[in-house]
Amino acid sequence: MTDDGKDKRENASHAADGDYPLYTNRSDTLAAASGRPLRDLSLQKTLTEDISSEDYSISAETLRAQAEIARDAGYPQLAQNLERASELTAVPNETLLEMYEMLRPGRCSFEEYEALAQRLRDEFDATATAAFVEEAATVYRERGLLRRELE
Amino acid sequence: MTTTTMADGSVNGDTGSRRFSILAGRDINRETYVEEWAEAGLTVADSPYDPQPSLRIVGGEVVEMDGKVRADFDALDRFIADHAIDLAVAEEAMATSSHQIARMLVDINVAQSTIRRLADGCTPAKLCEIVRHMNVLEMMMGLGKMRVRKTPANQAHVTNWRENPALLAADAAEAALRGFAEIETTVRVARAAPLNALAILVGSQSSRGGVLTQCAVEEAFGLRLGIKGLTSYAETLSVYGTERSFVDGDDTPWSKAFLASAYASRGIKIRFTSGTGSEALMGYAEQCSMLYLEARCLLVTKGAGSQGVQNGSISCIALPEALPGGVRGVLAENLLASMLGLECASGNDALASHSDLRKTAKLMLQMIPGTDFICSGYSAIPKQDNMFGGGNFDAEDFDDWTVIQRDMQVDGGIRPVREADAVAARRQAAQALQAIYAELEFPPIGDEEVEAAALAHSSEDMPARDMVADLAAADRFLEGTANLSDVVRALHRSGFEQAAENLLEMGRQRVAGDYLQPSAIFEDGFSVISAVNDRNDYTGPGTGYRLEGETWDALQRIPQQKSPRDFIDAQMGDPLPNLAEISTAKVGASANEIVVAVGPAYGRSLVKTIGELDHEEVLEALLTGVAEEAFYGRVVRVYHSADCAAIGHAGARLSGSGIAVGLQSRGTTVIQKRGLAPLNNLELFPQSPSLTLEIYQAIGRNAARYAKGLSPLPVGVKVDNGARLRLIVKTALLHRREIEDIHEKAPQELYFRWEPDV
Repeated sequence: MTDDGKDKRENASHAADGDYPLYTNRSDTLAAASGRPLRDLSLQKTLTEDISSEDYSISAETLRAQAEIARDAGYPQLAQNLERASELTAVPNETLLEMYEMLRPGRCSFEEYEALAQRLRDEFDATATAAFVEEAATVYRERGLLRRELE
Repeated sequence: MTTTTMADGSVNGDTGSRRFSILAGRDINRETYVEEWAEAGLTVADSPYDPQPSLRIVGGEVVEMDGKVRADFDALDRFIADHAIDLAVAEEAMATSSHQIARMLVDINVAQSTIRRLADGCTPAKLCEIVRHMNVLEMMMGLGKMRVRKTPANQAHVTNWRENPALLAADAAEAALRGFAEIETTVRVARAAPLNALAILVGSQSSRGGVLTQCAVEEAFGLRLGIKGLTSYAETLSVYGTERSFVDGDDTPWSKAFLASAYASRGIKIRFTSGTGSEALMGYAEQCSMLYLEARCLLVTKGAGSQGVQNGSISCIALPEALPGGVRGVLAENLLASMLGLECASGNDALASHSDLRKTAKLMLQMIPGTDFICSGYSAIPKQDNMFGGGNFDAEDFDDWTVIQRDMQVDGGIRPVREADAVAARRQAAQALQAIYAELEFPPIGDEEVEAAALAHSSEDMPARDMVADLAAADRFLEGTANLSDVVRALHRSGFEQAAENLLEMGRQRVAGDYLQPSAIFEDGFSVISAVNDRNDYTGPGTGYRLEGETWDALQRIPQQKSPRDFIDAQMGDPLPNLAEISTAKVGASANEIVVAVGPAYGRSLVKTIGELDHEEVLEALLTGVAEEAFYGRVVRVYHSADCAAIGHAGARLSGSGIAVGLQSRGTTVIQKRGLAPLNNLELFPQSPSLTLEIYQAIGRNAARYAKGLSPLPVGVKVDNGARLRLIVKTALLHRREIEDIHEKAPQELYFRWEPDV
């Protein structure tokens, strides 16, 4: 990615609700998770080029931009959700499903959650999600929702 | 005889009362009604065990909430305290009296944002205390103001018992045409999910681009479908109001919040699901009222960052409806969701009653104020095909719904459609799916199947398919690499260019993510509207959403509506050749005459009665009756009035016997006597649609008998309760037509060329 492209990404992630909808107001800079610009996701290209599901996926940058819009519009919890989502774009599909399964009650030990949080930080740079998992682990331990305690 | 055993042991019907026996057999008495039992969670809005509102914050942390200290918090308390309550405003909100906030909800001078701000700082018990002050009318006022999206909308359910893909596509296409902003399907057999999701996706997009679709299945499976690009939203993320219920639902607030983020990370819109009654049904209501537990659900929902919620009791609806105040409680939970800034898909979903009257009355609480989705699933299919367990409103109620919208000038989110347009959309959707099945080598959809889907009402109208082969194809599709672009290419190659464009556009919109914002839907042309750019700005009359302009034009133009100009075509015609005007009518000298006075349009511009009797034959019948009594009839036309009493009155003054029959063109008839006040009479026959030639003949006979000084038995006319209902427009238009022929002219003697048959 060129410096130019990076600037645009950072630009896109500082959206305000005046930029909404991004589809209309940021059509020049919007790109899919794969990096393919939205303007290159045309019917013509779909017919002639190999289009992956990543080309139809939302990018971390766009999710951050939507988070800003939500925050501006008075929806801070939705903004936090979209920020966690932006982190999770890096997580592969199967891993994502495994992580969800781990967070269900009675599935893991406290240590396993600590390891999951660590993995989220190290492998995916998902600091907000990692903190969220740690918080869950603490409550699960207090409320008997860890694996051992349910058995 | 139908009998019903009452709570006190008596049996309705055992006294032999026919009235009570009939009441016992009514639909409303097929329901279950139960007294409150707080200990079992069987109380809607106010349990003696519900906590009192309280909040203490120390060092930026909630240390006490609703009477419980932090050390005693369960997982839900903890989640709510740490994620859902805006601590910056909480002390102010908790210090404002609940009564005051309730009044603000109905005060048009208080803006939505002011209440939102305070609600963001409220605990669950506080939220309940606010709405407990309100009656349903006040809650409806509040809901109309607090709904997050200015424009109301609706969601459809499309499923079928046979899991027939062509029928799913066709029904989705029709639902899209009818204006549903979201369409949800589900499965009878879980493995069918990928192809069911594909069918409603292709069906809806081939009909109207921008409809959001989902497939309700187990959480992880649902996410997989979304990742594959087969769905654009999910609302199966259920939450519960007690920790035990939540855990029995195999989730925690954190796992649900993670799932919400997981969906969003793949560009999929989500809303949580909650609703009164679920905790009691699961056995862990902890003696609390359904409303209090729902307030907890809603704060968990908000804290998790869900943009919205499906609430309104949903599949548990029959439980609150069995209890006193249940329907009010459901409205209260819709209002609470809206107060918290959550998109609300407001129930009116699962079958809630046997009684049409009761179902409709409940619906009004959401339909009149308008919610983000008035139904969280309107069954756009017949009941027997509804795999959600049967809808409260289904495909057979479409016309009732659109007429109610037209009656009230209220937008319930469903557009009236013409049969030809619906069938065309259905056929095209089934053909598009047929092409995809062929291209992707799924078990073929035959031409006869396409045609059956175009014209079907239910899956009974469909040929059988090999379900085992379909399920195997569904497995392959889910595991394989084929994605949205393969479907787009298949559509394009087969000539379904608009469907291909729309499907691609759904993918492009997923990249932009605008529909992740609160209460987002697409209007026609993929124009996104949400709480961000379509914020509800209601502040009293003349503000907020108004059903007017093009949308009102579209909603009022139901196909059943006729032009008033065509209404009385059957009654219009050429003047009768054998009814000629001679001269100004004079008072008759013969005591043996009966005057038949007709209205200004009779036999001229109008030639049939409302009951479609020929004016000529009606006159013949009347005169025959007169002749049977050895009297003779004179026919005169009254010009100065179209009113039946005035026509009869004028006739009586001209009649040598003093007796006249007054006859309006639409057939309404009076027997009048000279000297009676115009609005008094001997006999009046206002039920013109029920009059027959035999009755007209009897009227003629009675007129003559009155002239003889006899007291005949009045002519009997059957009462048809529905006649006025069916014919009132025609009545008005026929009367109007008669009035057009009024002239300032004395009554005229008519010559009616006819010989009595006696």
